[in-house]
Amino acid sequence: MSLISDDTAAAAVPQKGRSPWADARRRFFRNKAAMLGLAILVFVTAFALFGNVLAQWSNEELDFMVMGQVAELGGPTLSNGHYFGTDDLGRDLYARTVQGTQISLAVGIIGALIAVIVGTTYGATAGYVGGRVDTLMMRFVDIFMAVPYMFILILLLVMYGRSIGMLFVGVGMISWMDMSRIVRGQTLSLKGREFVEAARATGVPAPVIIARHIIPNLLGVIAVYATLLVPLMILTESFISFLGLGVQEPLTSLGALISEGADTLNYGTTWQLAFPLLFFILTLFGFFFVGDGLRDALDPKDR
Amino acid sequence: MISFVIKRLAVAIPTLLLLIILSFVLMHAAPGGPFTQEREIPPEVLANLNAKYGLDEPLWRQITTYVTSIVTEFDFGPSFVYKDRTVNEIIAQGFPITLTYGILSFLVAVTVGVTLGVVAAIRQNTWIDYFAVGIAIGAQVLPNFVMAPILVLVFTLWLGWLPGGGWQGPEYWILPVIALSTSFMASIARITRSSMLEVLTMNHIRTARAKGLPERRIILRHALKPAMLPVISYLGPAFVAMITGSVVVDVYFSTGGIGKAFVDAALNRDYAVMMGVTILLGALTILFNLIVDLAYAWIDPKIRY
Repeated sequence: MSLISDDTAAAAVPQKGRSPWADARRRFFRNKAAMLGLAILVFVTAFALFGNVLAQWSNEELDFMVMGQVAELGGPTLSNGHYFGTDDLGRDLYARTVQGTQISLAVGIIGALIAVIVGTTYGATAGYVGGRVDTLMMRFVDIFMAVPYMFILILLLVMYGRSIGMLFVGVGMISWMDMSRIVRGQTLSLKGREFVEAARATGVPAPVIIARHIIPNLLGVIAVYATLLVPLMILTESFISFLGLGVQEPLTSLGALISEGADTLNYGTTWQLAFPLLFFILTLFGFFFVGDGLRDALDPKDR
Repeated sequence: MISFVIKRLAVAIPTLLLLIILSFVLMHAAPGGPFTQEREIPPEVLANLNAKYGLDEPLWRQITTYVTSIVTEFDFGPSFVYKDRTVNEIIAQGFPITLTYGILSFLVAVTVGVTLGVVAAIRQNTWIDYFAVGIAIGAQVLPNFVMAPILVLVFTLWLGWLPGGGWQGPEYWILPVIALSTSFMASIARITRSSMLEVLTMNHIRTARAKGLPERRIILRHALKPAMLPVISYLGPAFVAMITGSVVVDVYFSTGGIGKAFVDAALNRDYAVMMGVTILLGALTILFNLIVDLAYAWIDPKIRY
């Protein structure tokens, strides 16, 4: 991003002007909801990265003192070091929540990254090449959008092993289509601009034009939708983990923890649902608010 | 109109075939067959099993057999795990239940969502507007698998008003329907509100007001129809998401619908049932998208067939 703003600054007239990026930054930092979202995200990320420093138990250790009496003794308390209580096996819920937040954030970010890379390349290629190739490529996307993809993803996970790597790739691979549509539309409008024409006239090959001239001009749109994709990826992963088809023990994610908490509600261990749910909701809120703020700041449509 | 339907069908049918072929090829490319187990199976037994399920024939032959039996006889073949049950039986058992609460949830989401959105737009910046917007934002982070345990916690464990699982009568329908419909209701309310606000500034509404038509008539006769366009285009994706959400409802509320069969099949590697459910739901989705397209074209005469 900084690279772009340098370029724009250099190209501008020597007097002091505001680059579009500086404008966007100002709009973003004035947005109260976006700032709240950013604060939440900083908190959640810090919790995921450094939360273990405060933990007095590891996520795999069983506390034999509370085992079997989790409903009576396993509640959240400071005295025995289980800040969030324990789960039904006597494992420290604080350490488990830290681990679950780590994995949920990782799935969200990596999944969104995969979706963005695939979707941007696909959409920019279809839009730039145009013609029959474009029609064919976008018809392909139409067909795949009309399919209940969650079932295909579960089918894939079951057939090729429920590893966490497969989950990352699978979650990303099903979400690139919206991205490719957005990028294609933007590419179509950029294609006719003079600087692209100039590059083409001087004989720059198409892949270089796409990588050097089209995509950098789409970074704003891409950043917005990438941020909004992250919570959707987290939702997808949590959905699959809730069904018991996602990450497998001893790994865990917020979705898997919510599922455990939901299954043990009958025993009166409400905290087992409450704490993972709190972090799940905080994370989603944070990303949605920041994404909306970025859209208001960057998306030329809503200006 | 008829040529439009034919044109849409010309896209829908290849899509469905592609879905069938794709899932079939994926299944065959997967490491380990459906009969791979912890215990080694003698090669003769495996050969017999493969012969019984037709897995020893060449791939193209298997695909054509599978597709023809689905298309001509609506037959999804036998289950790979339950030796005495066919996929059709498993689907026939769960599908009516899924359909019941699915249709109910859809109706609740659309009626409540549209009403809330319209009222919020008319009474912009009053408490009811803030209420609708608040719900719309809140429901974004309350997907069905979060709603379900919270509803059970409040209405079953704390208040004891409603049963938290099972499928024996209408009182068992309430919690699943709320869990499934809330997030869509909120999205529909949000979309209706913003589209209604936009329509209310249009020229034909001003004309209607200038004529002195009563407000109720302006809203219901002149504003509602054009305001529904974005809602209708949202219904397609909402339908897909609702079908997906029904899996959570089936698993969490033990309603016995088709989603439970799908998850059980996934845990047992019962490919035949998984494919059957996927193809059936894919076909439903494609059919529903066709209906949505037709509704869109009916409401908006600017769309050329």
